[in-house]
Amino acid sequence: MAKLGPSGFSPYPVAIIDKVLNPPPGKALLFDELVDEEVAMREAAKAMLTRENPTIFPGPQVLYAWNEDAKKKAKQVKELAQVLNAKIIPMYDYRPKYPKINPEVEINPNHPNLTIWHNNIKACIFIGVHCHYANVALKIIRAETDCFTIAMCSLEGHEDAMITLRDQHPEELDKFIEIAKQVKAELGK
Amino acid sequence: MSFKVYQINPELKDVMPQEIIDLEEKSTLNNPKRGVMDLPFYKELIEEHSLCAGCPEAAALRYIMASLPNPEDTIIVNSTGCTSLVFPHIAMHTVHSLFGNQNAVASGIKRVLEYRYPDRVKDVVVLAGDGATVDIGLDCTLQSFFRQEKITTICFDNEVYANTGGQESGMTPKGHVFKMAPKGKQFEKVPMWQLAIDSGCKYVARLTVSSPKRVESVIKKAVYVARYLGPTYVHLYTPCILEIGLNSDQGLEEMRARDKERFEFFEYITPEAQEVIDRVKAEGLL
Repeated sequence: MAKLGPSGFSPYPVAIIDKVLNPPPGKALLFDELVDEEVAMREAAKAMLTRENPTIFPGPQVLYAWNEDAKKKAKQVKELAQVLNAKIIPMYDYRPKYPKINPEVEINPNHPNLTIWHNNIKACIFIGVHCHYANVALKIIRAETDCFTIAMCSLEGHEDAMITLRDQHPEELDKFIEIAKQVKAELGK
Repeated sequence: MSFKVYQINPELKDVMPQEIIDLEEKSTLNNPKRGVMDLPFYKELIEEHSLCAGCPEAAALRYIMASLPNPEDTIIVNSTGCTSLVFPHIAMHTVHSLFGNQNAVASGIKRVLEYRYPDRVKDVVVLAGDGATVDIGLDCTLQSFFRQEKITTICFDNEVYANTGGQESGMTPKGHVFKMAPKGKQFEKVPMWQLAIDSGCKYVARLTVSSPKRVESVIKKAVYVARYLGPTYVHLYTPCILEIGLNSDQGLEEMRARDKERFEFFEYITPEAQEVIDRVKAEGLL
């Protein structure tokens, strides 16, 4: 992802248009640049603390208590939201919803732009969203909005996000919370 | 299926909408005694749908979803048609097959599930329209009956290809005129329930969905008999109110009228199916 959106609809992922690929293990992606995970975490915290209406979008893998990691991550997401002064809007279901979602309280991967437009969200974190729906949602957000997207993925990451953090497990989330606290103190927020 | 996928992490419960909390707290999953009488009190497996307002098929789907004894371990196989517009919105496992192939796909799924989960009960239910079941998919439907596959087949008969503008189907009664069948149907309606009996179904029923309790009873019998014995077939009349020129509040009236004629309640039970039904009744599940 070389630029912040709205980039207009494109059927291709940035991997094809901008030649951006997911980061290798231990690294992160900051726009189209490979950086250390700590640098990316710092930039992510900065974006969340400085842009309007920061929001965390937890997906089913965090919302539901289906394993021990999910239980830990739920607590960490709550703490992270407090540190970043962010709102939490859940992505609890991937099915399209008729007649329309309530963008105040939910986000749907098939039209995530509705929630982002409605709440004027300028920075967001995706966490616990299954890869295929994260890819769809991030691509739509990039196409339709100027929201700064951060993907915290427990697998290989999502190149369509502006910051991609890969292999994010409870230990990495703890690290991110600590970095967010430091950045918050530096910014005097 | 693990029920943990419905347990919301307590830390994030405050951000979840009430309807999703209801899905966990007022769920009838893991309760084989569930039925249509629970409909007003629990979060349904189907709630919002994209069918026309007042469509009897939506009511039929609602009653069926409420009546399935084992929804958490039930796989629904559906086919192209109005019903397939609903399946993306229901909270159950569904497989959309190629038009007409639903019974063949269901047979494969059932066999694999029996192999993969020998110690768990997994029901496979086919839900398809009359075009998929009787016209285009008749071969696959009957072959699955001949093979004695342990699946339940439910046909939603609206007597027309409604989704594509009103072409006549094999289930259209003789003489009926539709937008794309201006000369009227030239031959009789296919007696699919009779074909099902002749092809070896253990339990066959024909009815309209005017009575929710009756639908519940029929669906439960069909699922239990299929689980223990072999193929079962349920033929439901779900009229397309648009194609027959009715208003959205007239579907029930239409079904009640047909209850007295060509969709008069009819049930065929083999002696061994009756034994299964009696046993399930004794357990208080029917």
